[in-house]
Amino acid sequence: MSKHTVSIKVNGVDYKQEVEARLLLVHFIRDTIELTGTHIGCDTTHCGACTVLLNGKAVKSCTIFAVQADGQEITTVEGLEKDKTLHPIQEGFREEHGLQCGFCTPGMMLRAVELLTVLPNPTEEEIRWGISGNLCRCTGYNNIVKAIQYASKKMSNGGSS
Amino acid sequence: MIPSSFDYHKAGSVSEAISLLQQYGDDAKILAGGHSLIPMMKLRLASPVHLIDINSVNGLEYIKEEGNYLKIGAMTREVSLEHSDVVKSKYPIIFEATKMIADPQVRNRATVGGNLAHGDPANDHPAVMLALNAEVAIQGPSGERTVKIDDFFQGFFSTAIGSNEILTEIRVPTPPGKSGGSYLKLERKVGDFATAGVAVQVTLDGDNCRSIGIGLTNVNSTPMRAKRSEDFLRGKPLNEQNIAEAAKMAAEDCDPAPDLRGDEEYKRAMVKTLTMRALKDAAEKARRG
Repeated sequence: MSKHTVSIKVNGVDYKQEVEARLLLVHFIRDTIELTGTHIGCDTTHCGACTVLLNGKAVKSCTIFAVQADGQEITTVEGLEKDKTLHPIQEGFREEHGLQCGFCTPGMMLRAVELLTVLPNPTEEEIRWGISGNLCRCTGYNNIVKAIQYASKKMSNGGSS
Repeated sequence: MIPSSFDYHKAGSVSEAISLLQQYGDDAKILAGGHSLIPMMKLRLASPVHLIDINSVNGLEYIKEEGNYLKIGAMTREVSLEHSDVVKSKYPIIFEATKMIADPQVRNRATVGGNLAHGDPANDHPAVMLALNAEVAIQGPSGERTVKIDDFFQGFFSTAIGSNEILTEIRVPTPPGKSGGSYLKLERKVGDFATAGVAVQVTLDGDNCRSIGIGLTNVNSTPMRAKRSEDFLRGKPLNEQNIAEAAKMAAEDCDPAPDLRGDEEYKRAMVKTLTMRALKDAAEKARRG
């Protein structure tokens, strides 16, 4: 059972902690540094509630060990808002009623942010395919798609990234 | 769910990873993308004592054509295959299969090498690589050896990779003109393993089938080549009648296990239908190509 000192930059802040090798990244985020916006849904790599950005790529933090993120950069939902201004994707979810219970929302938004980085103007099909690793049990997919379309428009009109 | 305790080792190079494997032997597992291994560890279906992380090893992530082969580094993430122009244009069967693997977040991490090295008959690349007659490079203490894909899958979750060896490269022969490929996967929902999957790669000579590869996903204890179907089709025209006969053979020869995705009879029926559709699709593409 090895222990390791890791330095992980989360939302621009450096965290240096000693972790057990088997500590999952999602537990590091939620329990060690206490950023509880990242959710645990299925814990089996299916639902996407634990999605965060690892060096800009959407990943399921229940399926990565914290020790693997040593020296890397993580963005969680807490890192989307900048200077008290909502990220366009957050604004989109608010304007388009993209959430009901809100459990899937942090993961949905982070995956959407990456999707819009790769495809700034996705078609509806590309959006639906793009969020296929995120489950919404309120079945609010139509409004989630609209929220992502809202963000896509806002960001291509020169809104903040 | 929390995995059993283990010691974590970060390898900086292939040779360092191999010496760690020599040191820890069967107690060690290589950690690549981790999207098969970590879920198994969380379910305690796997409890390696040592994990050797090769994510920091340079030089194992690439897609390039060289000497009549498409060479794919073992640590190449699935997402890279999705965005590769050469894969899309010249090896569409790989592109089609990759899109059907799990979901976008998983494909950001999961690797091609891991998909093969896991030896899981439910994974998608094994059938594709069987259809394409690929080979793999394996490195160990005494250097590199090449293994044909037919000799690679040796049993249930068991491959030709020795306990002190690492899969480093996948080599896919570049198809000649008049070739076409198709991968069809029946899944209950996005991200599920296949109820059944069929990979077909065909090269035509006029109307006749010059070479043919047919691989089957998740309908056997190992990734499976539909050999009798291939032998039957070789040299014959790919018409309705021959395609139907070859598909019937594939359905007879596979050995699906009943599970929540369906019983044996249903899965055999799906293999037959998917094989017919994949053969038609591949033949159509080959005629155009």
